Amino acid sequence: MLGLICILALCAFAVRCLILMHQVFTMRRPPEDVRSLGQPVRTMLVIGSGGHTAELLKITQHLDVRRYRPRYYVMADTDITSEMKIVSVEYNNPKGDYIVVKIPRARHVGQSFFSSIFTTIWSTICVFPRMLYYRPELVLCNGPGTCIPICLIAFLLRAACIQPNNRIVFLESVCRVKSLSLTGKLLMFFADNIFVQWPELTRTYRRVQYIGFA
Amino acid sequence: MDLTNVFVTVGTTKFDLLIRTITSPECIEALKKRGCRRLTLQVGSGTFMPKSGYLYGVEVTAFRLKDSIKDDLMRANFVISHAGAGSCLEALELGKPLLVVVNTDLMDNHQIEVATKLKECGYLHYTTCDQLLPTLVQLDVSQLKLFPKYDPLKYIAAIDRIMGFS
Repeated sequence: MLGLICILALCAFAVRCLILMHQVFTMRRPPEDVRSLGQPVRTMLVIGSGGHTAELLKITQHLDVRRYRPRYYVMADTDITSEMKIVSVEYNNPKGDYIVVKIPRARHVGQSFFSSIFTTIWSTICVFPRMLYYRPELVLCNGPGTCIPICLIAFLLRAACIQPNNRIVFLESVCRVKSLSLTGKLLMFFADNIFVQWPELTRTYRRVQYIGFA
Repeated sequence: MDLTNVFVTVGTTKFDLLIRTITSPECIEALKKRGCRRLTLQVGSGTFMPKSGYLYGVEVTAFRLKDSIKDDLMRANFVISHAGAGSCLEALELGKPLLVVVNTDLMDNHQIEVATKLKECGYLHYTTCDQLLPTLVQLDVSQLKLFPKYDPLKYIAAIDRIMGFS
């Protein structure tokens, strides 16, 4: 009997996940309620490496720090230069407003696809308790792979109604001119908004948004 | 076209052929004819390091890497770069006329996509090492379009809308 209930619950959860994925993919999620300054957004910024870090920080350093706080910067534990960049961006902001969270890297440069499945699972397991603890309302990321586990958990927390209103925003790299990155393609089903930096991509992928230059 | 200060950058890559070609007597002569007084080279991880000093009347300075090449870019009137997206965009964002030299040994490098795209939009010129000399002789940057300013606030506005801040 108990087994049956468990199986039914799992099925219901799976169906809910599929419905949410469809909702995300077709961009039919109802818009967020109007917010005031008194309701700041708990924001998680997933920092990639090198050029990715620079690209994301170039935008997020302009976020209104009163609206988006606290800010959790998630980064791979092997990345030292990114942490320095974060500190320099946050230099003038109140100390407790931002936290740097380090997680094991999902995929090392040059690592094979097969073994990266296991390291990704391991990094997902490590991230899960942090995500439950911080419960971000907004996840901002721009690849590479490190952001996949985080977006996946954020999505599952939404499906499980633990954090039903969280939003995932993916910023595709300026280097992607003709096609989305693998991360971008996977996040088509999980990210609420995908921003691209070249208008041609909106023809190939109908749900991405071009924000553009000036 | 002002070529007084020319800056060559290869990012973190190794692109000896470009450094060798640009410091060849013919290229230096061509640059000098067009008014070049100073040539600064950032050679990255290349093995060929040109000697600093005067070369056929042009002041040549070379270094490998710096934390930031922004100062060198700011000082330059004209930038010659490898096809790396980072280097190209950094030069264009500072409004510098840019000539990209494609490293034909790295054809499958996806970073070239960006340079190709920027060339199609008319923001930069594009050449290879064996065509560098004729390009330097004929080049006219006056037809290049000015690269639009990148505006992060447009992204911020979009995020604000998503999160319900009106």
